[in-house]
Amino acid sequence: MNILVFVKRVPDTESKIRVRHETRSIVEEGLNFVISPYDEFALEEALRIREAKGGTVRVVTVGKDESLTVLRKGLAMGADEAFLVKDDAPETYDGLRTARIIARAAERKLGGADLLLFGKQSVGADNSQVPAMVAELLGLPQATVVTKLEIEAGAATAFREIEGGTEKVALPLPAVVTAQKGLNEPRYETLKGIMAAKKKEIPVVTLDDLGLGPEELGPQLEITGLDVPPARQAGKVLQGDPAETARDLVALLRNEAKVI
Amino acid sequence: MIAVFLETRDGKIKKSSLEALSEAKRRAAELGAEAAAVLIGGAAACPVEGAFAAGAARVYALENPALADYSSQGYALALAEWAGEMRPAAVFFAATAMGRDLAPRVAARLGAGLVSDCTKVAVKDGKLEFSRPIYAGKAILSCTLKSSPQLATLRPNVFPLGEGTSGEGEVIRKGVEIPEDAVKGRVAEVLKEQSAEIDVTEADVVVTGGRGLKGPENFALLRDLAALFPRAGVGASRSAVDSGWIGHQHQVGQTGKTVSPGLYFAIGVSGAIQHLAGMSSSKVIVAVNKDPDAPIFKVADYGIVGDLFQVVPLLAQELKKALAE
Repeated sequence: MNILVFVKRVPDTESKIRVRHETRSIVEEGLNFVISPYDEFALEEALRIREAKGGTVRVVTVGKDESLTVLRKGLAMGADEAFLVKDDAPETYDGLRTARIIARAAERKLGGADLLLFGKQSVGADNSQVPAMVAELLGLPQATVVTKLEIEAGAATAFREIEGGTEKVALPLPAVVTAQKGLNEPRYETLKGIMAAKKKEIPVVTLDDLGLGPEELGPQLEITGLDVPPARQAGKVLQGDPAETARDLVALLRNEAKVI
Repeated sequence: MIAVFLETRDGKIKKSSLEALSEAKRRAAELGAEAAAVLIGGAAACPVEGAFAAGAARVYALENPALADYSSQGYALALAEWAGEMRPAAVFFAATAMGRDLAPRVAARLGAGLVSDCTKVAVKDGKLEFSRPIYAGKAILSCTLKSSPQLATLRPNVFPLGEGTSGEGEVIRKGVEIPEDAVKGRVAEVLKEQSAEIDVTEADVVVTGGRGLKGPENFALLRDLAALFPRAGVGASRSAVDSGWIGHQHQVGQTGKTVSPGLYFAIGVSGAIQHLAGMSSSKVIVAVNKDPDAPIFKVADYGIVGDLFQVVPLLAQELKKALAE
């Protein structure tokens, strides 16, 4: 099994997000960046498949030089190789642009793969667009938001989360699969892995190498505003006798909030 | 024309799709255009009536026996082909498991821009402007799309259903050609969850439990509370999920689900920033926690400081009385 895992560098989930209005971008200073949590499930799954079936795991990201840190993390967790597709554009929140870069890189620079694994969404842009777009651009089947994956003789069975249940999807390989929490428990990198990852050379692919022009790279999406949501005001807090507070709360929900 | 893909499950149109259609109707009216609905399926069985009630001027039913069950490739092919021919200004989807799976494929096929999980659609200078939460709701992005069509998925439970209309209109059935080998993946089976609980993203009322519940068995308290409402779901904080007390499909917050019900109960939930990100767009928030300094009280409209094991059963009793009136 030859597996590609696509990862992204994002602010960690504890981050407080501030906005720079002039540039319609978030303030990156002071943020702690990590590999997007869902990508860790994807990578862990790839490593487990390799351990069971053999093959290679290659980890890929699209981004600036800073994104090398998430590739090193991937190598430290156990990926065989890493690739940086260098893209210096600021965050566009435009899935199609990124998908075109990834699809072209997969076709021209990364050779074949039996399985393309992604996190179900990047934490931040929260788009859930890129994997399915890549699948479409490459003509591959997909299963998104997967909590269980079985690989057997050139085919995969993926269990994907839907409202109120699970969808069992049968896929011939190659295919695109996106990881949801619950798929597995990602491993920690070992000290040995971290040391080895530091020494490993990471090839860089440029957008020029991919032969992508402004037509394909110009975002479809134009940002017209970026703001933080209005803060919620703290409301009424009831204390004292439990029976009384319960009664008072229900009265408030009925007479003031009018929700019951 | 603003077209809306209507998702069906068990032969019924999903409420979140009708919400998207209602919004399409409102925005189309502002643009002097009309809203159309698109159903995809095996054949004649498409349930078209609900679509007219929600404001569709026309319903297009795209049919092929190979489309009887959902497949992202088959549905994307049908929808992209239809859009290529009919040239709608925009296509909306509900941001459900299916909508999120399908819309990006359609976008890629058409080379069109897509805005995911919108919570607001406006008309500005004759153009649609979409707003959506990013960073799990810690920021709001507004944008326009240059492409035609403009694609968007709309978050369930945010857009109001339109007032009922005549419930009649034109149905246009179109056969779709699906080349052999075009559809490689298929849904082999749908496994329903045992309980009749509603997914938290679709529920009108969400009752969420956190570490304060002390153990998995005490989610029963929340289920009793949820059972009082017709469309309620049970949620959980990340720590409750990571403790193995309840499945991750119940997790609310960043790395879980983002919800915006009319009424949200946070029971024994401290209110970590990741959790607040996932539920702050709820209309009314109620918190029960024994710690008066818990961050959840900073966002709650109503709070009770007290022992949840005492308060919640009493609250259920009082609610039952009130709801029976």
